[in-house]
Amino acid sequence: MGKTLFNKIWDAHVVESIGEDMDMIYIDRHFIHEVTSPQAFSGIEKRGLKIFRTENTIATADHNVPTLDQHLPIKEQFSRRQVERLTENCVKHDIELYGLGHESQGIVHVIGPELGLTLPGMTIVCGDSHTSTHGAFGCIAFGIGTSEVEQVFASQCLIQSRPKTMRITVDGKIGMGVTAKDVILYIIAKISTSGAAGYFLEYAGEAIRSMSMEGRMTICNMSIEMGARGGLIAPDETTFEYVKGRKNAPEKLSEANLYWEILFSDDDAIFNKELFINASEIEPMITFGTNPGMGIKISETIPADQSLSKALSYMGFSEGDKMLGKKIDYVFIGSCTNSRIEDLRAAAQLVKGKKKAAHVSVWIVPGSQAVSRQAQREGLDKIFIEAGFEFRQAGCSACLGMNEDKIPEGKYCVATSNRNFEGRQGQGARTILASPLTAVAAALTGKITDARALLS
Amino acid sequence: MKKFTTLNSTAIPLHSENVDTDQVIPARFLKAVSKEGFGKNLFYDWRYDDNGNPKSDFILNDLRFSGSILIAGKNFGCGSSREHAAWALGSFGFKVIVSSFFADIFRNNALNNGLLPVQVSEIYLQQLFFSVENDPRQKIVVDLEREMISIEGKGSHQRFEINAYRKTCMMNGYDAVDFLVSRKNKIEEFEQKRNGGKMEFWNSVTDTAFPPSIIPV
Repeated sequence: MGKTLFNKIWDAHVVESIGEDMDMIYIDRHFIHEVTSPQAFSGIEKRGLKIFRTENTIATADHNVPTLDQHLPIKEQFSRRQVERLTENCVKHDIELYGLGHESQGIVHVIGPELGLTLPGMTIVCGDSHTSTHGAFGCIAFGIGTSEVEQVFASQCLIQSRPKTMRITVDGKIGMGVTAKDVILYIIAKISTSGAAGYFLEYAGEAIRSMSMEGRMTICNMSIEMGARGGLIAPDETTFEYVKGRKNAPEKLSEANLYWEILFSDDDAIFNKELFINASEIEPMITFGTNPGMGIKISETIPADQSLSKALSYMGFSEGDKMLGKKIDYVFIGSCTNSRIEDLRAAAQLVKGKKKAAHVSVWIVPGSQAVSRQAQREGLDKIFIEAGFEFRQAGCSACLGMNEDKIPEGKYCVATSNRNFEGRQGQGARTILASPLTAVAAALTGKITDARALLS
Repeated sequence: MKKFTTLNSTAIPLHSENVDTDQVIPARFLKAVSKEGFGKNLFYDWRYDDNGNPKSDFILNDLRFSGSILIAGKNFGCGSSREHAAWALGSFGFKVIVSSFFADIFRNNALNNGLLPVQVSEIYLQQLFFSVENDPRQKIVVDLEREMISIEGKGSHQRFEINAYRKTCMMNGYDAVDFLVSRKNKIEEFEQKRNGGKMEFWNSVTDTAFPPSIIPV
């Protein structure tokens, strides 16, 4: 019987089995950031250990960084201390750091692929649940806790149970104005926020295959929002083309290809679960509630369901409401889900020559310094600024209510990020998740609007 | 890590599903560089109003309920990987969390901190909620060795599953770092076999370390 892609990569990384489906697996790449690493560094120091393989770990500062005036010291003292601690720890332990001020700094899940640190067939972990993003390259990539960061520091290995596998096949072509973000929001709405719990996902089918690497990253990024351990996509020519020539990519791609080209699920591989979706069913999506599974097609009305009452009361919505036409206050285009150059290009194309609605604040936050430079080279920053948007500096920004970029209590924000949990963007903030196109349409009109009306 | 064998305690019922770790501890409280002191901010935005006064309708502020067991609805701990959630629950005084499902990363984080996630059936979870909500003095017994949870004096119990490795670690207070470090030779052997010690492991793709079954002929 054939093997799934997931099991091929997993099996190639088992150092030792510890019975009952627990394996000690080797980790090829370990990304760290300032929030979930300080206690892990203290932990190995307390034990008198050294980092086992310093060259496999790469650090950046992203969660706590301001997105304005990055050349100045961080104002908030605890954020500043955490970022400084990361720098101290990286110097002390000889870890490569793309810190604040570095030309390659950015959101950890944006810079990894950009620098060619994320490569097919790898095992990748990071103390961040959106590590699943890297699965777009055909990797086993998943988020871990700080104790596990310490375990990787100490041994370059983790003890993990092998998850079950689920394949989600999206066949057919996606329609005009429908993006990768809509595809993943559609899948999550269909199977719920816990619908893939206990599984590792593989995305397949024509609609996935025809996506760019950046679209695939958006898809894999939100695997965790269905409870999946992670999600991956078999590498193909699109993947190899993206990787080629990047800073840390292998010089001789042909050697790597020997391994990379066998990274697919065999025809006769059996998944524990299969889900089939027809791409033509998918329309631009929008969330109305307080988890990413509470989403509908933009033209639909909020469903009547007793279990939604707490979420709807937090959001200030009622069952039966149309989302179209709802007034919004903020628009945030950024985060590890949608802050890459293609996202900014798509946004700029729709914005060009138009102005934002007067009452809306709009923040465009590139995922990395490299994305920011590229956007400026293409003149996208000017398009945004002329429309009245703010073009900010790279970081996690308003995705998580940790740094200075927060949405005020009670305000509505259309966000291209990944979580609409209560208080996620700041205490009492109300988040509406959508694609960059839908976010721009809201910025221009001041209300929830179907971007397709503006495209045509 | 602290050892865990059995626990006999009253419990606090948190009747919500899909409790995400942003609720357990909001991001603005994650700026510490040590593991201590997170308990005071546990469930902060559910627990306190804008002026920092306890909200009377939140279960942790209901003086009838206390104890070191938290009973919560299905898919507890979803969302962010922040281990601070497990630290906050532990530092508040919880030793066991009972739910009908735990999010993967949270489950590992809890186990790595001596906080036992006990997964029961949805029906049994509702029995627990019912018993505790009807009588806040009702004790719940968690016996890790026998893998059994019961409602004391009610003859009602259910077996829960825990991986054998995890169980041994919890019962003896063993730590995964100690175990992994003890396997250093095995790890180095794996590295050598795979790539002769180099990062570019694909160079040795035809090596025995790579299961031959997946190499195309």
